[in-house]
Amino acid sequence: MILTTIDLIPDKMITEHFGIVTGSTVRSKNFARDMFAGLKNIVGGELKGYTELMEETRDEAMQRMIAQAKNLGANAIIGIRFSTSDVAPGAAEVFAYGTAVKVS
Amino acid sequence: MELIIQLIFVAIGLTLGYVFGSKKEKEHYQNLLERHRKLKHIPVRVEKIKDVSKYCDAQLFVGNVVIANDYFKTFVASIKGLFGGRLSSYESLMDRSRREAILRLKEHAIQWGANEVLELRLESSALDALGVEILAYGTAVKYKNEIHS
Repeated sequence: MILTTIDLIPDKMITEHFGIVTGSTVRSKNFARDMFAGLKNIVGGELKGYTELMEETRDEAMQRMIAQAKNLGANAIIGIRFSTSDVAPGAAEVFAYGTAVKVS
Repeated sequence: MELIIQLIFVAIGLTLGYVFGSKKEKEHYQNLLERHRKLKHIPVRVEKIKDVSKYCDAQLFVGNVVIANDYFKTFVASIKGLFGGRLSSYESLMDRSRREAILRLKEHAIQWGANEVLELRLESSALDALGVEILAYGTAVKYKNEIHS
């Protein structure tokens, strides 16, 4: 499955167009339990645990989008965009969307 | 009595935050500069790409980071927040995070063998006052033949 943010794929021609495919995951942002985040908030710096958490969440959203594209018979997704939004206090949704196409 | 203990904790937090926080920020900026110099040869483009004839391979890459401000900066910003105005401590936080996310994107792309990164996008989200997450994503491409690089 080819994934790109651009609308054209080098050396390939788009032969079929399946429309928008999306994938989303909602994750809890309840960080108050984590001791280390509290410490990091005193000295500042990267919160590695949460970087990984957001990475996993985003991967899951992408996998759902890819699965939807595969079901349609696509072999590439172009024009991919991501969006994160607060859906409820303490929860965030990571949303991935793109256009599923068939290329050859 | 309890109030005094709380004030002591706040004072310790502020001192630790100020001392270690500003040191960490300086080190981070130096680290960003070093990595930027190493990766300068890979252009990152934001505009819409109309012509892909000189590229031969494309793949989505992502760089993300979650960074928190130290207690001193958070404290000062909350006081400034009462009066309104620019929060320069958060401006530098956002700046650092964006640079870090873009550098991580480039580093992943280089491992794959990229020559350019096209249509870069940036997304940010706040993590409940604990910090900010920046996501940088784009399409890495390889040149068709080395004449173009």
